Amino acid sequence: MNESPTARQLTPTASQPVVTMVSGPVLKTCPSSSLSMNELVEVGKERLLGEVISLDGDVATIQVFENTSGISPGTKVQGLGLPLYVELGPGLIGTIFDGVQRPLQYLHHQWGDFIQRGRIGNPLDRERLWDFSPLLSKGEKVASGYILGDVVESELVTHRVLVPPEIEGTVDLIVPPGKYTLDDVIANVKASDGTIHALKLFHRWPVRKIRPYAKRLLPAEPLITGQRVIDTFFPLAKGGTAAIPGGFGTGKTITQHQLTKWTDADIIVYIGCGERGNEMTGVLVDLPQLLDPRSQRPLIERTILIANTSDMPVAAREASIYTGITIAEYYRDMGYDVALMADSTSRWAEALREISGRLEEMPAEEGFPAYLASRLAAFYERAGQVETLNNKKGSVTLIGAVSPPGGDFSEPVTMHTKRFVQCFWALDKEMASARYFPAINYLQSYSGYSRKVEPWWRENVDSGWLELTEKAMQMLQEDAKLQNTVKLLGEEALPDDQKRIIEGAKLFKNDFLQQSAFDAVDTYASPQKQFLLLDIILYFFDRLAEVVTVRIPLFRAMELPVVVKIHRLKFTHKGDDPAPFLAIRQQIDQEIGTLLQQHHESSF
Amino acid sequence: MNNPDHTIGTAGPILEYIGLERINGPLLAVQGVKGAGFDEQVEIVTPDGKIRHGRVLSISDDVAVIEVFEGTSGLNQVTTRVRFLGHPFEIAISREELLGRVFDGLGNPLDGGPTFSEGTRRDVNGLPINPVARAYPEEFIQTGISAIDGMNTLVRGQKLPIFSGSGLNHNDLAAQIVRQARLLSDDEGFAVIFAAMGVRHDEAEGFRQSFEESGVLKNVAMFLNLADDPAVERLITPRIALTAAEYLAFEQGMHVLVILTDMTNYCEALREVATSKGEIPSRKGYPGYLYSDLASLYERAGRLQNRPGSVTQIPILTMPDDDITHPIPDLTGYITEGQIVLDRSLARKAIYPPINVLPSLSRLMSDGIGSGRTREDHQNIANQLYAAYAKARQTERLASIIGEEDISATDKLYLHFAKAFEQRFLKQKYDENRTIKETLDLAWQLVMLLPEQELTRLKPEEIKTYGTMKHPPKVGDVNQKMSD
Repeated sequence: MNESPTARQLTPTASQPVVTMVSGPVLKTCPSSSLSMNELVEVGKERLLGEVISLDGDVATIQVFENTSGISPGTKVQGLGLPLYVELGPGLIGTIFDGVQRPLQYLHHQWGDFIQRGRIGNPLDRERLWDFSPLLSKGEKVASGYILGDVVESELVTHRVLVPPEIEGTVDLIVPPGKYTLDDVIANVKASDGTIHALKLFHRWPVRKIRPYAKRLLPAEPLITGQRVIDTFFPLAKGGTAAIPGGFGTGKTITQHQLTKWTDADIIVYIGCGERGNEMTGVLVDLPQLLDPRSQRPLIERTILIANTSDMPVAAREASIYTGITIAEYYRDMGYDVALMADSTSRWAEALREISGRLEEMPAEEGFPAYLASRLAAFYERAGQVETLNNKKGSVTLIGAVSPPGGDFSEPVTMHTKRFVQCFWALDKEMASARYFPAINYLQSYSGYSRKVEPWWRENVDSGWLELTEKAMQMLQEDAKLQNTVKLLGEEALPDDQKRIIEGAKLFKNDFLQQSAFDAVDTYASPQKQFLLLDIILYFFDRLAEVVTVRIPLFRAMELPVVVKIHRLKFTHKGDDPAPFLAIRQQIDQEIGTLLQQHHESSF
Repeated sequence: MNNPDHTIGTAGPILEYIGLERINGPLLAVQGVKGAGFDEQVEIVTPDGKIRHGRVLSISDDVAVIEVFEGTSGLNQVTTRVRFLGHPFEIAISREELLGRVFDGLGNPLDGGPTFSEGTRRDVNGLPINPVARAYPEEFIQTGISAIDGMNTLVRGQKLPIFSGSGLNHNDLAAQIVRQARLLSDDEGFAVIFAAMGVRHDEAEGFRQSFEESGVLKNVAMFLNLADDPAVERLITPRIALTAAEYLAFEQGMHVLVILTDMTNYCEALREVATSKGEIPSRKGYPGYLYSDLASLYERAGRLQNRPGSVTQIPILTMPDDDITHPIPDLTGYITEGQIVLDRSLARKAIYPPINVLPSLSRLMSDGIGSGRTREDHQNIANQLYAAYAKARQTERLASIIGEEDISATDKLYLHFAKAFEQRFLKQKYDENRTIKETLDLAWQLVMLLPEQELTRLKPEEIKTYGTMKHPPKVGDVNQKMSD
């Protein structure tokens, strides 16, 4: 493959690096003097995008974000003088990017159905006009993070145009309200040393660098997901971290999709990292059709998608996580609550392993590089609720799916992830086989936020929330113990007071924990509904105790018509109105009352 | 294949070298190569003048490492010549030269017909499909097999592997699917691409006969790398097959079903090459990029919004020692949209197909079924079957401990249900082609063996419509259902 001299206006100099070795997505180039660590490079006449990942003597190692077929030793490499960055500005919402922020809709429009290499487009549309309304005027002092003005990005999101980090000074010029493209200068800021920074609607930020904020806050508000088992037992907080580990087919992706759809965050960033193409398409098809339960607007209007499917180049898969989190931090800096879903962090870790293997680094556990744990820690540390530079409250919540090989939670990625997250939603193969969804194993899962979010529930829903959830969990724990006996002796062998626990837990598992993602009503449960449902089931469970005490056979109570009504509750009511739940409570009173009375009468 | 057209595409010049630096297993190294690229196709001229094929695995200033698909035996270091063809592995395909034919694992004819000559040359590695361009798969394919149609529905554009074990009859099942697979409203062109990697001669012949008997042979192209063919060739066979499938689907508008068997042999060939190259292994000696490599095959399935055809994949793999957590089934399951798991204990009970529905799954099922596609009760009745069978299996374990006499009356009904489910629902004849309506009605008959309060996954109105009838309901057949 000879370089044709006219192909590209590279001016070969003595220090222009050339490729000396190609192995999969990894290149070595020499000399390296003109390159710096993490610098972006373009390789060859097709201008394949790459990143410098190590410098050793005169040799630079580069990971290439595209297929390297046909690259030969001698191919020229051009440093771009900046690290891997993302463009941050209006136009992110509703867009689907690949792992290095190439806009996939644009690529499709421009180059067709398949992703060809070397085809790069601007991440953000340069031609679209945005309605900008300035919030500052000439002469005001600004610093990084100040809001220059607003752009309505979608019906759901007002984009706050920020003074980029590391810029400070006086507003020298700011444009009047009107329509502007991303390339138009909307403000000039004069620094104290006299330099003038021309600001546009967008700026760039390196993906591997945390965006600055004023102060970290402690998570205290729950992030409501509308999924009962999560909100009730293993709640997540705004600015918190969670992991969903589970073998294949245990419903990781469905759970992530459910969270993407129903979480009450302002912005959702969804990263499909090394996952299936059809799944990403499914998300793309669903989100414009589904409505946000709060605003009744299509969910796509608050969502940003990053797709690096498993057949796309592995180095871009590694980058996709950072691209996603940097975008999330950017919206956090505007004062929004952002939830980021990464499906799956295991694919990201495997991309690390693959690159590390090509570099012939000394492997640690299961071939993963020794820096796996520190990279994971650094990633999850980018979550948090913060006070932004402009004194607003914003948060990034991280929810990472983990795909442990063979469903074995003792493998390195799951193990290390566990160390850095506060919420652990363990998916269970056996529950999934019985089509029990969400298959979150309530005995293995945990959340460090239950007590932190309790004040919110007390204030907004009911003061008895924590007590009820603890009572329900206690019932499930006792049930789990009894199930061991049941496995050996059968349910019939238990006395009625123990059977009551089995029956109560069964009711609770079927009619509360189990939640259908495909049922129009059941798919989302408001905090109110969760509480009412929890309350009803536990109330019935309490009343059963009376039945058992007077030695009425338990099955007679379980045959009461109200039980069927309880079964149907989750499918029939959205919980905005407590009346139907109160009616069921009355029916419980009445039917149990009758039962007790009949027994009372017959025993005389 | 032996007469590549060098002028097409971005091909570089052909470079020829004589003499090898090193031969190691399936790999050879050539020193002092200038201008050859990574992943380039290579021809190796043996000392006796025959041509073998290969591909550049890694290249540096001084040494190019090449994998030789036909193996390295008989090569010497002095007179072997190596030709770099200046482009990745390519194949020219046209519809006329493809269907109704049998080829070897590199695409050379085995049936005495012509070699590929017409048609555009295509890179066998393919290109990733832009997720934006994909159309979501949601068209039901009726396979006529109850365990699949009823509980693990296959849809057009899906990749649904069969996880089997050595000695289980996965080949019969795959052949039956090929014979019976039809869309409910299917008159359009369909084709079958069959890629064999390291399968025995009689297995391949069995497939051919089965295609012939059912009259689909004229729509089939077979690419055969048999057990005694070179192992490294297996790395290229599925890529050629999928390139052919993509061509038929996305350029000729056909609905293509691709059978890849046996993926375990493919993965072993990959491990062999990686080990010879001295790469750092990850699990069980397989290379760290096994996931990415498998994904580059499996992801070549799907539908596109702007084009009429589809590629549906049924890869078959044998789980070493029936272990579903082995890296091959494990990584496959993470990429494919579900799996059909065959079970030795069912096979021992003489149940064919021995599909264990509990670990089986079709991820695209919920979008391909329901009102307007199959029947509105499909999802719920399938869930009920799953829940009931899972419970029945637990009950079986219990009964084996405390004895069948001592379990509750309801539990006894569950045991009865399990037996009926296995004997009447799972089990069917090799040529038994059940319509989806027959499958669903059968499912209803089975769940009604259980007391109604156990049927928590079904809605009361569904039980009223479908469950109370002694004989199949007269609500019209499925096609009528679809029109209303």
